[in-house]
Amino acid sequence: MHETHATFPILTAIVLLPAIGGLITALIPHARTEVLRVVGVMFTVATAALTIYMAVQFKVGDAGFQMVSHHSWIKEFGISWKLGVDGISLWLVVLTGVLFPLALLGAPVTRDVKNYVAWMLLLEAGCLGTFLALDLFLFFLFFEIVLVPMYFLIGGWGYDNRAYAAIKFFLFTLAGSAFMLVGMLALVFLHQRATGVLTFDLVQLAEKQALAETTARWVFLAFAIGFAVKVPLFPLHTWLPDAHTEAPTAGSVILAGVLLKMGTYGILRFGLYLFPRAAIDLAPILLTLAVIGITYGAIVATMQKDLKRLVAYSSVAHLGFIILGTFAFTSQGLSGGVLQMVNHGLSTGALFLLVGMIYERRHTRQIAELGGLQKSVPLLAAAFMVVMLSSVGLPGLNGFVGEFLILLGTFATHRWWAVVATSGVILAAVYLLWAYQRVFHGPAEGDNADIPDLNLRERAVLVPLIAMIVFLGVYPKPVLDRINPSVHRLLDHMEQAAK
Amino acid sequence: MMLAQTANQGQLRIPVEYSAVLPVLALIGGALVLLTWSSLTRHRRAGGYALVTVVSGAVALGGAWRLWNRIGDHGPIRAMADAVVIDGFAVFFMVVISIAVVLAALVGDAYLRREDLEGPEFHVLLLLSASGGMLMATANDLIVLFLGLEILSIALYVLAGFHGRRQQSYEAAMKYFVLGAFSSALLLYGIALVYGSTGSTNLATIATYLAGNVAVDNGLMLAGMVLLLVGLGFKVAAVPFHMWTPDVYQGSPTPVTGFMAAAAKAAGFAGLLRVFVSTFDTLKLDWQPIIAVLAVATLLVGSVLAVVQTDIKRMLAYSSISHAGYVLVGLQAASKRGIAGALFYLLAYTFMVLGSFAIVTVVARRGDADHDLESYRGLARNRPALALAFTVLLMAQAGIPFTTGFLAKFYVIAAAVDSGSYVLATIAMLAAVIAAFFYLRVILVMYAPAAEGDEPLVRLPVPRTVGLALVVTVAFTVAVGLLPGPVIDFARHATLIF
Repeated sequence: MHETHATFPILTAIVLLPAIGGLITALIPHARTEVLRVVGVMFTVATAALTIYMAVQFKVGDAGFQMVSHHSWIKEFGISWKLGVDGISLWLVVLTGVLFPLALLGAPVTRDVKNYVAWMLLLEAGCLGTFLALDLFLFFLFFEIVLVPMYFLIGGWGYDNRAYAAIKFFLFTLAGSAFMLVGMLALVFLHQRATGVLTFDLVQLAEKQALAETTARWVFLAFAIGFAVKVPLFPLHTWLPDAHTEAPTAGSVILAGVLLKMGTYGILRFGLYLFPRAAIDLAPILLTLAVIGITYGAIVATMQKDLKRLVAYSSVAHLGFIILGTFAFTSQGLSGGVLQMVNHGLSTGALFLLVGMIYERRHTRQIAELGGLQKSVPLLAAAFMVVMLSSVGLPGLNGFVGEFLILLGTFATHRWWAVVATSGVILAAVYLLWAYQRVFHGPAEGDNADIPDLNLRERAVLVPLIAMIVFLGVYPKPVLDRINPSVHRLLDHMEQAAK
Repeated sequence: MMLAQTANQGQLRIPVEYSAVLPVLALIGGALVLLTWSSLTRHRRAGGYALVTVVSGAVALGGAWRLWNRIGDHGPIRAMADAVVIDGFAVFFMVVISIAVVLAALVGDAYLRREDLEGPEFHVLLLLSASGGMLMATANDLIVLFLGLEILSIALYVLAGFHGRRQQSYEAAMKYFVLGAFSSALLLYGIALVYGSTGSTNLATIATYLAGNVAVDNGLMLAGMVLLLVGLGFKVAAVPFHMWTPDVYQGSPTPVTGFMAAAAKAAGFAGLLRVFVSTFDTLKLDWQPIIAVLAVATLLVGSVLAVVQTDIKRMLAYSSISHAGYVLVGLQAASKRGIAGALFYLLAYTFMVLGSFAIVTVVARRGDADHDLESYRGLARNRPALALAFTVLLMAQAGIPFTTGFLAKFYVIAAAVDSGSYVLATIAMLAAVIAAFFYLRVILVMYAPAAEGDEPLVRLPVPRTVGLALVVTVAFTVAVGLLPGPVIDFARHATLIF
């Protein structure tokens, strides 16, 4: 597979810029909270600008990895610092770049601003690295390091039960990665035995399929467990509601918007690319788990009394759709899956921001204690409605495009799974509309009556998100044009391997 | 035995090669200087004693560096009538132990001043103990191995009981001594059995004998091997020979605990690796399964029992047990990569554990008593830099990326996977997850926000020497975690003998 190298190492810059920002904030005194906030926003905005510049520079129709930076790192193990971007990772990088400044602006904290900003910036570096790494070892490093800042964000700025949630989140993911690391090493050493080359380079490992069929299945399974925890796939999802609910607003936004995508992206990038045969053989299991996740997540979401927990469970259902599309092995399913990763990041990110804004005003997330907010905060209600409808999958908004492509792609190859999954769309409408109705409709009484509407800062944060939600719903072509070549290439690769 | 050998060759002169054992001599010399100095002068000068110790350690380190280059050019040196061999492997451990001496002396100095124990004895015992450890790493003869072990241990027994005003310190010394003497006896018995079945105590001769003779019934040999394993397994705190570890680690003066965890463990593994991988290479199929079982037990017991501890020293004791499990995973692979991984692990661990115990020393305050997890509550508000350093060191011990701790685990697990031990590798990784729990718990306590009714914080004093030790350990842990190339090469070349 061909790779185009960059003259200016823009991808390295994208990963290092927030990390440098994190180190700089460490040098600023604690008391200068305003300076710290500005530095944090500046670095995230600069990173966002770089990711957008990267998207502009991205060559449409080129299916290979672009703008590759490649430097040897640990020679003893054939490990290198190798970053590259293709249609599958492109929009996830942009999504990460865009969500961070919005999360920082949309949900400012008051306690210990310095550490908060530093952890957010380090978290961003880790997230971007995860999506850009083309070396298995490097990917694993980023995949794991992300846990540390997120652990501190949940544990330091979260709600009442934060210690439990932070540790649970950390240990679940770490346990998943334990299997992945062993699988990764097995793959690399077996590849060395077959070819004589010891390398962690993703492309080299994938293009020369060196594993016997049964071995490949075991190794794929090891990878799949690691990613399934992160997605999270039923029944490994139990860390998610706790982590999402207890995390501070910005933490939830990034957790749902970016971190969960690492699982679905990983399974697409590594699972399918490295082990095409095994992925095809084991697809029924993953499809079934995805469908269970869709319906289970939706039903449990319906029962929630806590608005944030409801949104958290809706993620379980939505991520199930992405896995469904991925393992349909059709171009529509895969493209829809990739697009849906971005969509979910936008709409669930926005939902968590809105829930955070409600909490700031009312200091409760209990649906029963809210009501009639449409009268007291009409703008917030309108924004919530647009975002909620996008999450439901209303035509004209982004969620519809992704879900439609996924169901279309799945129906062609796995009809019955698609049929069951469609029920998830209806259930999503049930829990989200019902929640909206209980929170925003009816008479506004007591505390619900006199709360301020969105201020300028909050509006500035929500407008870009809603603009993207609408744009992707109406005209997804520019985005899909960049996703499709890479998706087709992956499918060709799988077809060849399956022969 | 040694004399007999040289007599056979018609030489009555025993070639000593003083320059080859310079690092060992530097440590013993430092100890003698301290003893002479302190007996000739009336005033006690704690700073001076510490300085002599640090300089001795640095000279040993420099000597090791020169030996490394000499070996690179001319190959391994056999000295003292073939009783010791200075190869890359030995030099690697000389480096590890020299570093441990320097760091322990820095932390120890601050400790002794705080506890009013100023005197040269601590430093003398430290240097002598380290010289024993180095001797173990250079041993080419089971008798020398035993001598080195005894020099190392006897000094440590005294160091464990060094804090005269702490009851626990006495208890630790007593326990360590009784159990240690017992394990030494087993080791000696093992040496006797190996001698009985091979006719030599020289490691090279034993290896040649084992390679050249196929014993129909080698029960005696295997029994000897197992007893050697028990004796050395005691020193490295492998389960089920670990029972002494929590009590002794908890009771010993904290800097001594750090030194014990770093140097005694490294020296024990030097012996284990040399005897098993190079000498008993032909018996690999017999000992590999035993080591694998020990590794699994060590990993699981160490990490599971660490979870329920509330005393930080006991917790670190159990965590040191689980670290021994990872080194055993490298040993079990019995490959070049496995040995290199084990060496890298021990070097990385030396820095992590000495740094951690340096912080425990500071937080314990005068009296060396505040070791409860609650003593760490709010440390981030009291001493942010100290809390950050501890966070880095604990994260490294948990195996978080971009630290040496991660690479060390990666290295030994890679070796295990490479040699086909998938199950062992998976268990090792899952043990790391369990272990991560208690490191995280400490970090969470340190960063806990102020609760109402908290008494105002008295700023913890952090002596300069401790600060220096912490800067060195944290810098090494992070810098080598980012750019491990040279250190990996060092570990890799140190295994060339095999």
